[in-house]
Amino acid sequence: MASGLHISISAEPIAHIGSLVISNSIFTSLIVSFIIISLAIAVKLQSKETNRPKGLQNVFEWIVESLENLVSSVTNNKQKTREFFPFVATFFLFILFNNLLGLFPGVGSIGFLKNENGTTNAYLVPSQSKIESSKVQAAQVTVDGETIKEIDKNTSNDKIDSKAETEHDPEFVPYLRSGTADLNTTLALGIISIVLTQYFGLKYLGLSYLKKYFNFSNPIMFFVGILELVSEFAKIISFAFRLFGNLFAGEVLLAVIAFIGSNWLFFAPMPFYGMEIFVGFIQALVFAMLSLVFFNMATQGHDNH
Amino acid sequence: MPENFAIAFVMGMGAIGPGIGIGLLVSKALEAIGRNPEATGKIQTNMILGLAFAEAIAIYALVVALILKFV
Repeated sequence: MASGLHISISAEPIAHIGSLVISNSIFTSLIVSFIIISLAIAVKLQSKETNRPKGLQNVFEWIVESLENLVSSVTNNKQKTREFFPFVATFFLFILFNNLLGLFPGVGSIGFLKNENGTTNAYLVPSQSKIESSKVQAAQVTVDGETIKEIDKNTSNDKIDSKAETEHDPEFVPYLRSGTADLNTTLALGIISIVLTQYFGLKYLGLSYLKKYFNFSNPIMFFVGILELVSEFAKIISFAFRLFGNLFAGEVLLAVIAFIGSNWLFFAPMPFYGMEIFVGFIQALVFAMLSLVFFNMATQGHDNH
Repeated sequence: MPENFAIAFVMGMGAIGPGIGIGLLVSKALEAIGRNPEATGKIQTNMILGLAFAEAIAIYALVVALILKFV
């Protein structure tokens, strides 16, 4: 049954620059960064000071304003809002764009086949049945004549080989994979968030912030300090797994529903796509909101509450 | 086959707690909306935020199940 279902829990390498491995999720994250940066530059270039902003400027003013209202509703402090807002907004936008880009057609379904002979470029995700797969192979997208020949050779080889040894099927590797559906990305985001929390705590409370972790006044407070220290690392893990789990589970869900209904119910994944768009938005909001609450908690003294 | 049973068991046990939690959360939120319909927007936002936390626990179980299945 698992012949056509392509599920990989980790990102796969698609290119190497020296010893640096470019995986498909890094590639997608770079595309997302490029989109966000170019949008920001475009808005900056065409924005004017008016009372009636139009088009792109209007949309971005709305986004920035609602995010700023969110931040200031938690902090209730103008200076803190100015400092937290860039990080919270970046978390939100980066995660949201990554989540939504993962739902685009072609992400995770166009890639290359890797086997011992080499790689075959521009290959669609293998379908579930043998008859279907030959049709897909005939209709696949190719750029130049050379790859077409190579694919023909490979497919004819595959047909002979598949009866003899099904174990050595070529491995399918997609070009694009949602950046947040990779544990490395979400772990990096979690670490950034927690390190920033410590930074803001030290900045606002000075060295007395460290009393939260190292308190020798009495044995109970000393033990509580150790627990606080452990809970900071638990926060990183919880951040990373929450985002990764939600997004990866969504990808698996879509793949499985598409796999079950591919012969006669090709519209079956549609409601689940709607749900995934919602989940992508909510998870971006949850990540940004939690970071914001942690930043705010770190800047409040222990005696104040 | 025993491995598959273990995977299904992990997911099933992991879904009990969040299921109860989500039920409690939504029932209380609906009660609150019924008492004070003007606060619907605020209650809904906080409810969805809480749902995301409750759901995350089931997601942990799902991650364990997926790792057992595919790694």
